[in-house]
Amino acid sequence: MIHNLLQLFRYRGLIQSLVSRELKARYRGSVLGFFWSFINPLLLLLIYSFVFNTVLPGIRPASVEPFALFMFCGILPWTWFSSSLIESSGVLIAGGNLIKKVLFPAEVLPIVTVLANMVHFFLGLPILVGFLIYYSIPLQLNELIWFPFVVLVQLILTLGLCLIVSALTVHFRDIKDILSNLLTFWFFATPIIYPMSMAPSGGKRFLDMNPFTHLAVSYQEILFYDGPFGHLKWLLTLGAASIVLFMVGYFLFDRLRDSFAEEV
Amino acid sequence: MHAIDIDHATKIYRRYGRRRQFATLKSALLSGSLITDLKPAETFTALQDVSLRVATGETVGVIGPNGSGKSTLLKLVAGITKPTSGTVNVNGRISALIELGAGFHPEISGRENVIINGIMLGLSKREVLQKFEEIVEFAGLEEFIEAPVKTYSSGMYARLGFAVAIHVNPDVLLVDEILAVGDQGFTHKCLDKFAEFRRRGKTILLVTHSLSLVERFCDDAVWLDSGLIKAVGDPKRVVDAYLSHVEKQEEQQLEADDIKTRKMTETSSEPLTTGEASMDDMFQVAEGRWGSREVEILDVTLVGDDGKSAHVFHSGDRMSVRVHINAEKPVSDFVFGVGLFNADGVCCYGTNTDLEQLVSKEIDGEGTVDFMIDSLDLVAGTYKLDVAVHKRDGYPYDYHRLLYTFRMKSRTNDVGIYRPRHKWKFPSNVRFIGPLK
Repeated sequence: MIHNLLQLFRYRGLIQSLVSRELKARYRGSVLGFFWSFINPLLLLLIYSFVFNTVLPGIRPASVEPFALFMFCGILPWTWFSSSLIESSGVLIAGGNLIKKVLFPAEVLPIVTVLANMVHFFLGLPILVGFLIYYSIPLQLNELIWFPFVVLVQLILTLGLCLIVSALTVHFRDIKDILSNLLTFWFFATPIIYPMSMAPSGGKRFLDMNPFTHLAVSYQEILFYDGPFGHLKWLLTLGAASIVLFMVGYFLFDRLRDSFAEEV
Repeated sequence: MHAIDIDHATKIYRRYGRRRQFATLKSALLSGSLITDLKPAETFTALQDVSLRVATGETVGVIGPNGSGKSTLLKLVAGITKPTSGTVNVNGRISALIELGAGFHPEISGRENVIINGIMLGLSKREVLQKFEEIVEFAGLEEFIEAPVKTYSSGMYARLGFAVAIHVNPDVLLVDEILAVGDQGFTHKCLDKFAEFRRRGKTILLVTHSLSLVERFCDDAVWLDSGLIKAVGDPKRVVDAYLSHVEKQEEQQLEADDIKTRKMTETSSEPLTTGEASMDDMFQVAEGRWGSREVEILDVTLVGDDGKSAHVFHSGDRMSVRVHINAEKPVSDFVFGVGLFNADGVCCYGTNTDLEQLVSKEIDGEGTVDFMIDSLDLVAGTYKLDVAVHKRDGYPYDYHRLLYTFRMKSRTNDVGIYRPRHKWKFPSNVRFIGPLK
């Protein structure tokens, strides 16, 4: 397993070109092309703003302003997370031709999925920056240096989950459908469109068990709230747990590797 | 030093149909194999205890019928699947031409696909870029290399895939029946490339249905059948053994078919009493049987040189059409006829006793009529026979339309229907090297 993991390093050139192919191919033939990477999260944000400002104005807490920006801090990384999971559930089956006909390390496929979505996440960041400037939110450097670390933790967590999901979906195609429903639930069980402070005390414990809570809260603390980054302890715990999850995911994937060529 | 060393390799697949994901997932997780928890009825053995060694620099052809395990063997050697038991060792870089252009992305250009495909097959990006011009030129796609691959014809697609795979510069090249894709020119180019590989001492494992290619091109041949190695060795010998086995099987198949058609016609056709339809029926191609059965054809067998029933003949063989007849009551007006048709329904030959000016006198009871052909001078193909007894005016007693099938085999791919006995004679200044090996 460790050997395979090291082998993976040799394939970085392949991963790199596959990620760029993925990005190029995705918007090939569309008029707006790459702009969809900006437009998609923007539209999502517009919808949520409409819901919380116009349809249900009473629900949102008055203390969190501007609310659109608050939501955007969570929606952007969530989109990366959820699209990666959804796409990786089908990625081995879609790449069946490669796995069956070419000697090819299958884990490259879910990894490429996660990385391609990460690039989309990065492409969405300028919009976030635009909002931050527009609302003239003060950003502090000693908070901002934690941002790459949060991204890294999310990357490892997402990779681990995607490896598990992609490998198991080969054996159980049901996972794809379960996953899309689960992710809808997961989204609402994460403090993205409501602040953590709104949760009742029993609900808070429940939210704490959700790994994405700590990512969302970290993003919000760094980008939205003032003053010192107070979520570090949780983030470090999550980082350690993510590494363990990644190793478990890779182990599972490695064990199931030989079955892919026959099952996809 | 062996380039490929397969040692008692067995490959068992799981049968589909009954889904038992939990069982397969559990065994995959625990033992790395899919089938440990499955009953024998749920599995399928694609290769059974196959051992094969290919020395470095050798070209080995793998032949055998569909489903004999050829592609599985290639996949094991390529490392795409693992053997259920036994080991497979390969020394050197492998390039597997199993499916051309596997992994091409339809939306992006040929150029980008070449680069990604090259990297997938084990080249570094710099190596691909170095060989890029050569690859595109080999594929003959200079004009279209910037177009997305989805606009390519299947031939262009395969050519590009082949061009990339062949430029990976492998030590061991695995080829799975892919020469069929290109046009003549491209096929020659591929063969030249293979020959170049051979000269450079590379090892080639070639799966193909083209037996002449194996004979011409390979140092050794392997004949696989139902997952077992039936023969290994000199290509000529192995191909001959394979061909005679195929013939035997065809013989059995044709016999079974004959019995089936005969059964069908026996149960379906009512004895026909009017003679009118017969002239029209002569030209209908559908097989069948009709007639009043005053004289009945009980059985028809094709008899070969050795006096035994046969369905496969070679050009120039002797053949007898043995017709077993029975007349319940004495009949005085009768004509025996035989017609020979090829697969397109073209009448190759037809004759009857009336045309040959034999005047009938009487049949009474059972007997055997032989229609003997001294030399069956036909080209390779499937032929069908009409056998009939009728009155001189055409009124049918028993008409068997296209009920008997035989196959002509030939190692010459000459064309047409009829092969006249022939020889070539040349003046001394026209010279040949001699027959192909």
